Amino acid sequence: MPNRPAFAPQYVSTRHRDETAELGMWVFIATEVLLFGGLILAYCVFRHTYPEAFAAASRRTEIAIGTANTAILLTSSFLVACAVDAFTEETRKICVALLAGAIALGLLFVLLKGVEYAGEYREHLVPGIDFSFDDKFANGAKLFFLFYFVATAIHALHMLIGISLLAVIARLTWRRAPTTRHRAALHSVALYWHFVDAVWIFLFALIYLPGRAS
Amino acid sequence: MNEDNYLNAGYTLRSWFFTTDHKRIAILYFASLIFFFFIGGAAATLIRIELATPQADLVSSDMYNRLFTMHGVIIVWFFLIPSIPNTLGNFIVPLMIGARDLAFPRLNLLSWYLFMLGGCVTLFAIAAGGIDTGWTFYTPFSTLYSNSYVAVAVTGVFIAGFSSILTGLNFIVTIHRLRAPGLTWYRLPLFLWSLYAPSVILVLATPVLAITLVLIVVERLLGVGFFDPRIGGDPLLFQHLFWFYSHPAVYIMILPGMGVINELISCFSRKAVFGYKFVAWASVAIAALGFLVWGHHMFVSGQSLLASLVFSFMSFVVAVPSAIKVFNWTATLHKGSIRFDAPMLYALAFIGLFTIGGLTGLFLACLAYDVHATDTYFVVAHFHYIMVGGMVTAYFGGLHYWWPKITGRLYSEYWARTAAVLIFFGFNLTFFPQFILGAEGMPRRYHVYPPEFQMWNVLSSGGAVILAAAYLLPLVYLAYSLFFGKRAPANPWDAPGLEWQTPSPPPEFNFETQPVVTRPPYQYTPDFRAEPQNA
Amino acid sequence: MRREWIPFWHSGLSPHSGDVDLLFIGLLIVSSLVLGLLFFLMATFCVRYRASNQIDRGHQTAKSWHWEVGWTAASFVGFLALFVWGAEIYFQIYRTPPDELSVFVVAKQWMWKVQHTGGQSEINALHIPVRRSIRLVMASQDVIHSFFIPALRLKHDVVPGRYQDLEIEVEKAGHYHLFCAEYCGTEHSGMTGEIVAMEAPDYAAWLATQTPETPLAQEGGALFRELGCSGCHGTGSKIHAPSLDGLYGRPVPLSDGSTVTADDKYIRDSILLPRSQVAAGYEPLMPSFEGKVSEDQLLRLILYIKSLGGRHP
Ligand code: HEA
Ligand code: HEA
Ligand code: HEC
Ligand code: CUA
Ligand SMILES: [Cu+2]
Repeated sequence: MPNRPAFAPQYVSTRHRDETAELGMWVFIATEVLLFGGLILAYCVFRHTYPEAFAAASRRTEIAIGTANTAILLTSSFLVACAVDAFTEETRKICVALLAGAIALGLLFVLLKGVEYAGEYREHLVPGIDFSFDDKFANGAKLFFLFYFVATAIHALHMLIGISLLAVIARLTWRRAPTTRHRAALHSVALYWHFVDAVWIFLFALIYLPGRAS
Repeated sequence: MNEDNYLNAGYTLRSWFFTTDHKRIAILYFASLIFFFFIGGAAATLIRIELATPQADLVSSDMYNRLFTMHGVIIVWFFLIPSIPNTLGNFIVPLMIGARDLAFPRLNLLSWYLFMLGGCVTLFAIAAGGIDTGWTFYTPFSTLYSNSYVAVAVTGVFIAGFSSILTGLNFIVTIHRLRAPGLTWYRLPLFLWSLYAPSVILVLATPVLAITLVLIVVERLLGVGFFDPRIGGDPLLFQHLFWFYSHPAVYIMILPGMGVINELISCFSRKAVFGYKFVAWASVAIAALGFLVWGHHMFVSGQSLLASLVFSFMSFVVAVPSAIKVFNWTATLHKGSIRFDAPMLYALAFIGLFTIGGLTGLFLACLAYDVHATDTYFVVAHFHYIMVGGMVTAYFGGLHYWWPKITGRLYSEYWARTAAVLIFFGFNLTFFPQFILGAEGMPRRYHVYPPEFQMWNVLSSGGAVILAAAYLLPLVYLAYSLFFGKRAPANPWDAPGLEWQTPSPPPEFNFETQPVVTRPPYQYTPDFRAEPQNA
Repeated sequence: MRREWIPFWHSGLSPHSGDVDLLFIGLLIVSSLVLGLLFFLMATFCVRYRASNQIDRGHQTAKSWHWEVGWTAASFVGFLALFVWGAEIYFQIYRTPPDELSVFVVAKQWMWKVQHTGGQSEINALHIPVRRSIRLVMASQDVIHSFFIPALRLKHDVVPGRYQDLEIEVEKAGHYHLFCAEYCGTEHSGMTGEIVAMEAPDYAAWLATQTPETPLAQEGGALFRELGCSGCHGTGSKIHAPSLDGLYGRPVPLSDGSTVTADDKYIRDSILLPRSQVAAGYEPLMPSFEGKVSEDQLLRLILYIKSLGGRHP
């Protein structure tokens, strides 16, 4: 077609298109909530059954890394929020820089996660591969670490997806003048990134805090 | 036939495999689903042939277990769940709401590729040696004891799950955002309500299945897991998670079928569906309440008696909206001007068979009777009545109804009616005896069985052969119509929906000009002529 | 028994099977009525209002909510009645059985292993006296199985990792099918057996003819020494471990402040997962016997501990 309209034929206007995309992202996030919801439900069941083992196992996690990661993720979310704000023709460079910052923090998060995993491997905390724990709580602790690895691995996967999406947006914004289409995309990706962040806050509370209150 | 239609918009493979046109994607789905239906159906036919005698004669026990697992897995996830939504829904939804495509056409295509990928992975698991856990994957058998390709098959289902999620998402957003001007919620044809509701289930329940499948794979790979009783894990937790998805999933399967029935009943009795709002909200009620009944699959598993009580009660409650629908359909017939074209025959068969399936569902929801009936052929008969007698019948009905629109051709009415009648008889012969078997106590998933059950089994197997032949018929005459059928006019049934106000087959972007809706759906004049929604 | 006033109604083979049958008949009648009405209406409408029939179609029923409310309420009331009826019988079927005569059932791929307290054991068969309430204690060695006697309308899953009590009583002597109803792998359909219900004298005679191996409790006692339990729990042991005499059925205070009754499940957990419930006043010294004792052996140990006295819960 010679002069293609800026939006696909099923939409009435660019605005219509962008709002539609945003609704799509919200529905997708609803799906994701249930994905983690199933996992967290399983966690609650076992934590209820083995409260002491879960507390003991939780004390073996690396709270320093966990806290650092929380801070990192919150900061990166903040950067993304700023980037959404800075998405104009004039401040385009700033926007890209902010996105790059968020990406870097995201990568740092994943890196630290890797360090944490390695530490847990050395301490024989990986169920099914190399696990030994105080006999008294061994079973409950196994369940705890199963949850820990499955949940954080899935979360890390989400991080990697989010990072890639941010990278795509950053690149687009860098190369071309920002269009409303890109803005809509950035909006959606930012939503996703905030969601991944929110999930982490829950995971943080479930993984690092039990047994550390007193 | 109009010259500029979606079918002749391109002839290259590329124009099919990289299309974003919802109509072409619907065709892609349609072809894939026929394939999976025949694989699943062939497995079922083998099962039935084997069960004609009490001993094992055709296949070994291991093979038998692989057969029914493959039957269940393929036909549930790769045929029935996507059946109406992904073929008819994909094709009709944008047409019905007066849009030029779904909200996210590329996501739609991605969803098909995911579906095919999941299907291939599952087929690979079957070809490599099969899987023998039953479609329910109960732990700890599936995680620690089965020596079959569980992890691979589960991965296939997992991928297909994401395909479902994307489709559900697409429908939700489309129905929210892309309705034609004037098309308010209460002017939507009921088919759309019946796709909207299960789409919500797809989006909210499928991820729980996904995570459960991940946990299965983890447990298989590591040898320890959440469901492992040896370390204090709980096998029943798996059942809770699985049914939290799978019970709502049965409504994913039936609701679109009910939606089709609304269209058919109304069109062929030339009357508006009785009690539109009640039927519409009944779909929503079924979807919502359907999330609260999963424990009725676990009445004898050892869950607390109180939990059983609640789940039993909720199962009765969720049946109420189904009852509302059945009564409204019947009332729609009253003082109509009823024509018995093939789609209508399917619709009438649907109402009868679905009601039998639903009523026997009540037997199962009734605690004390379920103690006896669970895991017997009574359950098998119950769900085949709903899924095959109900949903597959509705699928065939809808397919015949929209066939002229989809292909621009008319099929042979004679053969279509013959097939409908044959399917009806074959079906009842296959599955009615199974109620009796179940009531007498024959357990399901039994490769060999005590000889006193043989008579009913033989009847059932005989029926299955008739049924298989009957299902082959449409394949033949529909394929024939593609090449030799008469050209279809735009509105062969004289129906009022928007999809009929555009040529058959529709042009690439569905409507030349944006339709504006001025009427509620299903309007007919006193002499039973359709009043188009947009005129 | 509600059914007694119904003429010619069979009393059923077990106290509840007659009730279940009556419920089934009730469900059948209700469904047939509903179905009959529905088919009648559909058929009448289809015939009367077929397109070719010239008939007055005016005065169409207005879509009033009276109709809707009417059939919604009618179905709901019907459903409620069925729900209550079914639930009531269910609670009777699964009430906690009295501890009159216990028989142990171990399910494993793909057989039912039955152990009588006297030490007689049988495979894929269960001999019981008629008209006596019997308590089955069921456990699974591997995957989930389901104990199903169609003639008694009775079924319960046997889930690994826990004990399942089930009450069974047969009114009439005879042979009845026993099926495994939960899919459990290759030979699932071969995991069948029979229930042999016998008149009391016949049963006694049967018991006598069975080579009474050493009674289970006695075997349990031997195991108790072999596995080294007596090293800690025996009199004169140096380790501070509770005496198990008279333990069974007693309330046991736990170190976390709660109290549990020392029933089969508690003892089983004490052996397999000793850390999950530590008796108050003791160090958690007991090693786990997880994986070291089979379900068969567990049953014997429990019986032995039971034989050391105590009251029955
Ligand atoms: C599309 C699929 C579908 C649908 C719609 C349903 C609908 C229902 N199902 Fe079914 N069911 C399955 C598919 C489905 N089911 C499958 C696949 C299984 C087995 C899974 C496995 O183990 O492999 C199963 C198993 C199953 C069980 C567990 C059995 C067991 O394993 O022990 C139960 C128990 O409560 C149950 C109940 C119901 C009920 C109450 C409904 C209700 O929603 C039905 C409501 C409809 C009606 C009731 C009919 C219309 C009503 C009237 C005309 C009203 C008038 C009536 C009166 C006043 C009495 N189903
Ligand atoms: C979702 C939909 C669905 C559909 C459409 C069907 C369709 C059929 N099913 Fe299915 N069935 C299930 C879902 C479905 N089933 C599920 C979920 C289970 C439980 C699995 C489990 O326990 O894990 C089950 C289990 C099940 C069993 C119980 C097995 C057991 O417990 O041991 C039986 C036995 O009779 C059976 C029979 C049939 C038959 C005869 C058909 C027929 O309607 C099929 C008709 C179609 C065809 C036959 C294809 C077309 C014809 C040909 C290709 C002809 C050529 C073929 C040959 C000559 C072989 N099914
Ligand atoms: C190393 C010493 C040791 C051995 C060996 C041992 N136990 Fe124990 N057992 C203990 C101690 C200490 C306790 C109390 C703490 C607790 O409840 O865990 C205990 C508690 C119990 C209890 C709970 C009693 C109560 O009062 O609550 C039971 C039942 C029991 N043991 C059975 C056994 C059996 C059966 C075996 C052998 C298979 C066995 N024990 C082997 C040390 C031992
Ligand atoms: Cu044991 Cu099936
Ligand atoms: Cu269900």
